[in-house]
Amino acid sequence: MQGKKIFKLLLFLLLITPSLTIASEEVAKEENSVKSEIKQDIMHHLQDAYDFHLFTDKTTNTHYGFPLPIILWDNGLHVFMSSKFHHGEAVAESKGNYYKIYHNKIYKTDAEGTLSMDENHHVTNAKPLDFSITKSVFSVMLISLLIFLLFRGFAKSYKKSHIPNAVGKFMEPLVLFVRDEIAIPNIGEKHYKKYMSYLLTVFFFIWFINLTGLTPLGINVTGNIAVTFCLALITFLITQFTSKKDYWKHIFWMPGVPVPMKFVLAPIELLGVFIKPFALMIRLYANISAGHIVLMSLVGLLFVFQNWFARGAFLGLTLFLSIIELLVAFLQAYIFTMLTALYFGGAVAEHDDHH
Amino acid sequence: MEKLINEFSVGLFFWQTLLFLVLLFLLKKYAWKPILNAVNEREKSIEDALNKAEEAKKEMAELKSANEDLLKEARVERDEILKEARTLKDKIIAEAKTKANEDAERIVASARESIQHEKMAAVTELKNQVAVLSIEIAEKILKQELSSEAKQSSMISSVVNEIQLN
Repeated sequence: MQGKKIFKLLLFLLLITPSLTIASEEVAKEENSVKSEIKQDIMHHLQDAYDFHLFTDKTTNTHYGFPLPIILWDNGLHVFMSSKFHHGEAVAESKGNYYKIYHNKIYKTDAEGTLSMDENHHVTNAKPLDFSITKSVFSVMLISLLIFLLFRGFAKSYKKSHIPNAVGKFMEPLVLFVRDEIAIPNIGEKHYKKYMSYLLTVFFFIWFINLTGLTPLGINVTGNIAVTFCLALITFLITQFTSKKDYWKHIFWMPGVPVPMKFVLAPIELLGVFIKPFALMIRLYANISAGHIVLMSLVGLLFVFQNWFARGAFLGLTLFLSIIELLVAFLQAYIFTMLTALYFGGAVAEHDDHH
Repeated sequence: MEKLINEFSVGLFFWQTLLFLVLLFLLKKYAWKPILNAVNEREKSIEDALNKAEEAKKEMAELKSANEDLLKEARVERDEILKEARTLKDKIIAEAKTKANEDAERIVASARESIQHEKMAAVTELKNQVAVLSIEIAEKILKQELSSEAKQSSMISSVVNEIQLN
């Protein structure tokens, strides 16, 4: 829903940017280089990285940030720091094997770092199993730790009095919101308790991760398909493994419809079982990615335009969209949790066959 | 779709799953359970307190209405007692009056009867007295009349005369 709006806005921006930029032929070349640089930056930001890159000073070509550990499984464990790659420019050596980063993926190469390509420009070099602590993994670790410490303190504060500490005062209504507005209405009084831990964790995890994505650190965790896939997969597995007999009955042998319809409905329902978590995965991924693209594009436009009036206008727009993104960060966490609860509710629902 | 699959990183998926499950487990044990328990407990205690207050209120109202009822009853009883007393009083007075009247009548009647008796006795005695006195007087007169021979002869002669006349 929100994603659609943002895509529309993005489309609008894509439509108006060319008409604005062809105004001056002279600066076109320079602009093009700026624009391609912005595009590269955005693409780079959206992808995971092997080092925690904060910013680059283009004049001296120095990168500010810190390297992260690379963990590879290639007939033995290879652990080394990503600084060995020199930001993808060098070939890293570990225990006699050579590795090179190409398009954000690690390939096994020879000492010179030659990559062989097929006719579709796909690298044919072998890929080692990559368990590196990438930027996203590092962020997830940090944020998980932060969430744990925050909520641990919050939980502990109940021991002293009925009224929680400062964090708790802010978080408690949200915990109650998840319980009273998400869990109980969708799952029901009877079964909601066993799902509360997962719902709360997924809600606060997504929300916190989304929020850190809006900081200047440039973290984009929920914009990684692997992350949203993991969350959707857990939802899917919990749904299937806690489901009651009625759930399967409604999938394979829908009660209350004529027999031929039952045969038609069964594959549709079965497909729905997989589509639901798939939609969860795509929704979160697309919304957060789109939000990041829009915000970064707008920030980039500040550098494309030389006109102060346009810059002021885009600054305002950027600010406005940043605030919208704060809302989206919450909204996506809410939607993910809500739909998860809805699927759980479907799995444990006790129908009295009123169809 | 191909781009998405291409973008999918097994390593990130592995770490995300591991970290998320660890986070889920830790939060469940150290955060969600104590938080939800504390919140539930607090909600329960608030509900209990509210219920108790409501109950106390109800009890108070009941007590008040009971008191009022009691008062009302007492008032009614008092009125009844008063009314009863009044009727009793009237009854007693009336009874006493009728009894007094009856008594008086009976006394008067018996008095009248005894007076009659006395009167009759007195009349009878008087009659007897008069009879005795008359006999005594007659005796004395006879004694006096027939005290001398002459008087007796004249008497006899007069009686004989009278008889001859007849």
